[in-house]
Amino acid sequence: MARYFTKDHEWLDVTGDIATVGITDHAQEQLGDVVFVELPEPGREVAKGGEAAVVESVKAASDVYAPVSGKITESNSALEDNPAMVNEDAEGGAWFFKLELGDKGELEGLMDADAYAAFLETIE
Amino acid sequence: MADQLTTPLDALHRELGGRMVDFAGWAMPVQYPSGIIKEHTQARERAALFDVSHMGQVSIEGPEAAAAIERLVPADIQGLAPGRARYTQLTNETGGMIDDLIITATGTGLFVVVNAGGREADLAHLEAHLPDHDVRLLADRALLALQGPAAASVLAAMAPEVAELAFMESRELTLSGLEVRVSRLGYTGEDGFEISVHADHAQKLARTLLANEQVAPAGLGARDSLRLEAGLCLYGHDIDATTSPVEAALTWTIGKRRRSEGGFPGAERILRELQDGPERRLVGLKPEGRAPAREGAGIFDEAEKPVGRITSGGFGPTVQAPVAMGYVENHLREPGTRLMIELRGKPVPAEVTRLPFVPHRYHR
Repeated sequence: MARYFTKDHEWLDVTGDIATVGITDHAQEQLGDVVFVELPEPGREVAKGGEAAVVESVKAASDVYAPVSGKITESNSALEDNPAMVNEDAEGGAWFFKLELGDKGELEGLMDADAYAAFLETIE
Repeated sequence: MADQLTTPLDALHRELGGRMVDFAGWAMPVQYPSGIIKEHTQARERAALFDVSHMGQVSIEGPEAAAAIERLVPADIQGLAPGRARYTQLTNETGGMIDDLIITATGTGLFVVVNAGGREADLAHLEAHLPDHDVRLLADRALLALQGPAAASVLAAMAPEVAELAFMESRELTLSGLEVRVSRLGYTGEDGFEISVHADHAQKLARTLLANEQVAPAGLGARDSLRLEAGLCLYGHDIDATTSPVEAALTWTIGKRRRSEGGFPGAERILRELQDGPERRLVGLKPEGRAPAREGAGIFDEAEKPVGRITSGGFGPTVQAPVAMGYVENHLREPGTRLMIELRGKPVPAEVTRLPFVPHRYHR
């Protein structure tokens, strides 16, 4: 399994053709207390960079973009009942959705953990 | 921001890990590491300390200052006994609002607190209309708000006379050896106090208060969620130059004598709306589900006709559900009325709700 990161502060774990997608710890910290999550329906096709989910903190709403193109296979409905999980376990149990990769080549432009850490340094 | 203003507590905010944001030109903490929900709950259950030094504190001295300022506001200020405070608005000629403010009768004059965003314009407005009075921005004063059910016992342990103050009462006293003005009021719906203190002593006072285990710091994020649950208007959002006090459900702030006498800017519209009802009215709204309705969202009736707009909305940490305020056509103002709010292109059912969302717990 390989973990990738995006400049939109998402992470994805790729196993075979399936990617599990969530937001990074940095992202949840910037958002503050998460109070609402809207997830995509399984079966929906998402395009790289397109809106896939919504996460709202007390203060504001933010879109979660699809880091790669593909078809949603599952969403983490536990988040809808307990949005605060995003603050507690952003890079683990609080994954947002899984998708079947449409084009594995799209993974090439993404960052690994070290590159993402270096990217965070540049924006702090 | 190059010329951002800072309060006397700036260093303390940064030391406490406050996340600083720009608010009306000021560097202010939106939250501390504990987060908005914990800070909000702190004010509902114990006592939260807010820095509100960005607000404008103004003194007005001179003969008959109360009668003079009544030419600018619809509240009864002449009837205000020394040591009492009143919430009112600076109205404009068309019956809208230039700002909202608290006016306290000090015995010799008036002590006025205006919003950060309006302080320059409000000061100019006051100076222009009170040429025979000494209108002074108290730029060397900080303002701290201690809000929550434990606030009174925390302050009374330092100055017992604080316990004698009732809601909307204010007096000068010595707190921890410092000369301060303590007013029993706030912007959270809870019992609480605002403390005006010399800028040089603000940090010392804040640290003394924070040393009490009942007290923790809270930022602008919690201040906003608390006031929204309390159904209190935020200038520039729920009220502005176009909204009248009657539309904003602030009729209770218009003095009885003023209703018959008039004599304030925009009286023609405001008195007419008192008589005939306004075209639109600010109401509380509870959307179904968990998705917060934010400022700007359209409100529709059940026939999908647009009937208004959300002016403040978010998630209420105490209510544990989304809460919002907005203007609707006046005939739709009754609690229980079923409406729709458009959230990201989808209609979500919502119900008109009596304000506040969380009962006020003032010390009357």
